[in-house]
Amino acid sequence: MTKMPALVLENVYKSFGKHEVLKGIDLDLAAHEVVCLIGASGSGKSTLLRCVNLLEQIDEGRVVLGGDEITAPTVDVNRVRRRIGIVFQAFNLFPHMNVLRNVTLGPTQGLGKSRTEAEEEALELLGRFGLADRAGDYPDRLSGGQQQRVAIVRALAMQPELMLLDEVTSALDPELVAEVLNVIRELAEGGMTMLIATHEMSFARDIAGRVCFLDEGVILEEGEPEQIFRAPREPRTQQFLQRIVAAGRL
Amino acid sequence: MFAVVVVLVVSNAPGWPEVRRLFFNGAVFRDSLEVIPEAFLVNVKIFLIAEALILPFALLIAILRSLPGPVFFPLRAFAVVYADLFRGIPTILVIYLLGFGVPALGLSGVPIDPLFWGVVALVLVYSAYVSEVYRAGIESVHPSQEAAARSLGLSHWKALRFVVLPQAVRRVIPPLLNDFIGLQKDTALVGLLGVVEAFRQSTIESSATFNFTPYLVTAILFVALTIPLARLTDWLVARDRRRQLAAGATP
Repeated sequence: MTKMPALVLENVYKSFGKHEVLKGIDLDLAAHEVVCLIGASGSGKSTLLRCVNLLEQIDEGRVVLGGDEITAPTVDVNRVRRRIGIVFQAFNLFPHMNVLRNVTLGPTQGLGKSRTEAEEEALELLGRFGLADRAGDYPDRLSGGQQQRVAIVRALAMQPELMLLDEVTSALDPELVAEVLNVIRELAEGGMTMLIATHEMSFARDIAGRVCFLDEGVILEEGEPEQIFRAPREPRTQQFLQRIVAAGRL
Repeated sequence: MFAVVVVLVVSNAPGWPEVRRLFFNGAVFRDSLEVIPEAFLVNVKIFLIAEALILPFALLIAILRSLPGPVFFPLRAFAVVYADLFRGIPTILVIYLLGFGVPALGLSGVPIDPLFWGVVALVLVYSAYVSEVYRAGIESVHPSQEAAARSLGLSHWKALRFVVLPQAVRRVIPPLLNDFIGLQKDTALVGLLGVVEAFRQSTIESSATFNFTPYLVTAILFVALTIPLARLTDWLVARDRRRQLAAGATP
């Protein structure tokens, strides 16, 4: 018996008006697998993640999460989203709530947990990621790195079966990148299934079980990180990586 | 400087002695002070009741207008038509139509108190303005905030209630208070229905004394009520600016 994949994308198409962003994406994630999406800006990485989370509606194809087709028209999107954590490039913390409220909003209002239970769990998670003393602070008092860690904790508080990370270090000052990457590394070691869009090539190489190179809305090449980064087969992948090396990012 | 010029020009105008007698009569002023402030309490009452109704009603209209999807088209359309209609019709006409029209229908169980219909008219008119203020606030909250809330599995309504509205309302408090300054003044229009509020009372006083000084008293009372609200608005705007600067300085 083969194990059921955590996430399957089948022939996913998505356009915004006349602009085709995803042109037939096929992708499987096994449970506990970490897959990194690389590719130039505008190649469709973010859109792909947003489609999985149903923040965007796909035009064609299907997405299957833990055996359930989540793109079926009758699906309750709120229930699906509770099973998937997403972290955004710009953190998107709620500025009018303190850290603790940011983290407990989903569990109390989405999962229907009691406030005490949600707060207990939130404080434990915040503690695990070195944020226990920030629970009462508002987001504008935190550094970018701390804000992004809070955003990760906020997603984790929903106890998701899948995490989507959308270029979570791109808006950070260079010296703050490491603390966020360390958190993600810890999650990977803990067995979290993750789909990560990233520009941090050395991180992708380090953490990913598999790397997919997205180019103009299709997965042009995928494979183990060593193969993709050392011996990319496709000329477009080679070009992209050369530019990254030239920019000193690998 | 400008004020000095105005004072000089006015006090040297040929009609000034007459105007002074009609508008700035000390004895009438003192007499008016005995009756008009009491009538002014009716304005305050109208204002407070109307405000308490406008705040939630206008919010409801703004929320209707923000509902997504084709299912809610009729509600959105209602909100748009409502706002267009009641911002389009002059306030005084709405007051006349409701205040004289509805009681004249003679329907049983429908109030005939002009004060009641005056308040209803003000609520309808000002809710149209205030709903637009709310809407501007809702639209000023970046869509990524709603996306973040929805990604936690919150429904559209919960995302609105816990994430979008608290930020939106906070941002529109100054323009909201500004609309309420307008509302305070327009409470005088209810006097046209026969309700004895400050303006109506000063008309009565004025007819009895053949003197316009009672209007001056009423004007002073309105200004006295408006100034604190105006200063409060200024203070809130300044506070928000300080906070933004503080947040920007310590990223």
